Amino acid sequence: MATYIFKRLFTMVPLFFGITIVSFLVIHLAPGSPISIQSDLNPKMTAEARERLRTFYGLDKPLPIQYCNWLKHLITLDLGRSFSTDNRLVIHKIKDALPITILINILALLLIMIVAIPLGVLSAVHQDSLFDRSATVFVFIGFALPTFWLALLLMILFGVYLDWLPISGLKSINYDCLGPFGQIKDRVFHLLMPVLVSAFGGLAGLSRYSRSNMLEVVRQDYITTARAKGLPESKVVYKHALRNALLPVVTILGLSIPGLIGGSVIFETIYAIPGMGQLFYAGVMMRDYPVIMGILVIGAVLTMFGNLLADISYALVDPRIRMG
Amino acid sequence: MEREAINKSPWKLFWNRFLKNKLALGGSVIIIALFVVSAFAPLIAPYDPGEYDIKKILYPPDKNHIMGTDEIGRDVFSRIIWGARVSLLVGFVAVGIATAIGIILGSLAGYYGGGVDSFIMRFVDIMLCFPTFFLILAVIAFWEPSIWKIMLVIGITGWMGVTRLVRAEFLTLKERDFVQAARIVGGKDLRIIFRHILPNSLAPVLVNATLGISGAILTESALSFLGIGIQPPDPSWGNMLTAGKDTLEIAWWLSFFPGFAIFITVMGYNMLGEGIRDAIDPRLRQ
Repeated sequence: MATYIFKRLFTMVPLFFGITIVSFLVIHLAPGSPISIQSDLNPKMTAEARERLRTFYGLDKPLPIQYCNWLKHLITLDLGRSFSTDNRLVIHKIKDALPITILINILALLLIMIVAIPLGVLSAVHQDSLFDRSATVFVFIGFALPTFWLALLLMILFGVYLDWLPISGLKSINYDCLGPFGQIKDRVFHLLMPVLVSAFGGLAGLSRYSRSNMLEVVRQDYITTARAKGLPESKVVYKHALRNALLPVVTILGLSIPGLIGGSVIFETIYAIPGMGQLFYAGVMMRDYPVIMGILVIGAVLTMFGNLLADISYALVDPRIRMG
Repeated sequence: MEREAINKSPWKLFWNRFLKNKLALGGSVIIIALFVVSAFAPLIAPYDPGEYDIKKILYPPDKNHIMGTDEIGRDVFSRIIWGARVSLLVGFVAVGIATAIGIILGSLAGYYGGGVDSFIMRFVDIMLCFPTFFLILAVIAFWEPSIWKIMLVIGITGWMGVTRLVRAEFLTLKERDFVQAARIVGGKDLRIIFRHILPNSLAPVLVNATLGISGAILTESALSFLGIGIQPPDPSWGNMLTAGKDTLEIAWWLSFFPGFAIFITVMGYNMLGEGIRDAIDPRLRQ
């Protein structure tokens, strides 16, 4: 087991370098230089001031050297200072925004698991029944629904017409006046719609996946053996088939991390939640290069670790993988 | 049934299954309707999509404007019809680019194996680590958005799945007799790849491409919604939803109809893709 983990960690190193190279190239090959937003629109900027700015940021050195410099900073987690008006350290801005996005994504993953797995399994067990057919329709709808449309519709329905849920932010203005119960309820209400929107697409995917896995498992020989032994059907299905069908689910959860991170841009912008998605979007709008590069790299690294975790859990759960 | 299968060509078999498959038929109906609507947009749309009238802003749906008017008085229905063109175009070109890249890389990786394969697959792994949407955002925002740039960027960030598919097909097909035969007669590598192996590996690629079109349409809408896709006043279902977001409390039709259009279109392509998948190999159907 330990060797397996070491081997995987080892393959991650070149992956990390690849990620940094691609991020670097993406930013620097784009038209417009990092300082153009500060210099181009400023009529007082002389040519020599512009040159000084370029030297200050190290932009006059050849690309490979710039890359190595950047990499050196990256290793020490020095992601530079934001170009935006607050000029804070990028790493601090990310530290503020990341937990929020992670919280919503974890809640969304939990929701996905709790709903999608039973849905998929029951669909498989009662294949072609009314339940199965309606579940399939539901899944199709889930795949086709644009998240931002769903978010808007939910806001109109629950926020405007029914007035049950707040439509933006993480807490109400009068948060501090509420008692502890009120505070918890307030937070939950604010999180309800973003989590639902974030989970919706993944729900469809996972339930479909669980269903096809379960169907495959149920056709295996060992299931027929269990039935032939005389075990009650419920034991056959829920004790034997289920465990084997759920193995790959762990992998899928790990693999859905980049999708969840990327999707956060949309619902964070709509619901005005100060997470990574919104930070990235604001950075992109303002050509805030350090923030953009920082989030790209961190996002990719998180994905990498997510995949690693998925692989390790799969190895933990399925001894055949460990043995080689 | 066996005898029929032997005598009929694979194409005929595929068509038969396709025409009997409900998903495929439903999806085709939707897509064909979409094509017809966008082709005849100038004839179908009651108003010019750019024609505005500030005396008529934010009218709810009524008999003159069946989907209401938007924030500067343009007819929503007409803009939706013209927006269909944008969505279809983006879907096709973006997926075309992604599929082309994927086919080239996948066939090289699958055919030559070894170092070439490792390098290409490593590259795929690296690209798959990035949240695609972030990457697209970063590139598009630096480059003033235009419809062609959007299509290019969506294509460049979407080739990974196709590459893996094509590579997998090549790895299996490489060892088959017809390839050995082509080699023995002295066929050059490139010719073997394109003339012999590739045509046989395209079936799953077709499914992937069809489903990819719906993904590309969703991505373009999301980009336009965030303001870095198709810029107003050009109508795109995504940028119509931006206005919808701002007038959430007073104009539900601005949020509902464009999103519904996206939903139906994506649904159509998904149904078509699933239908093709079922028709290609009924044994896979569960």
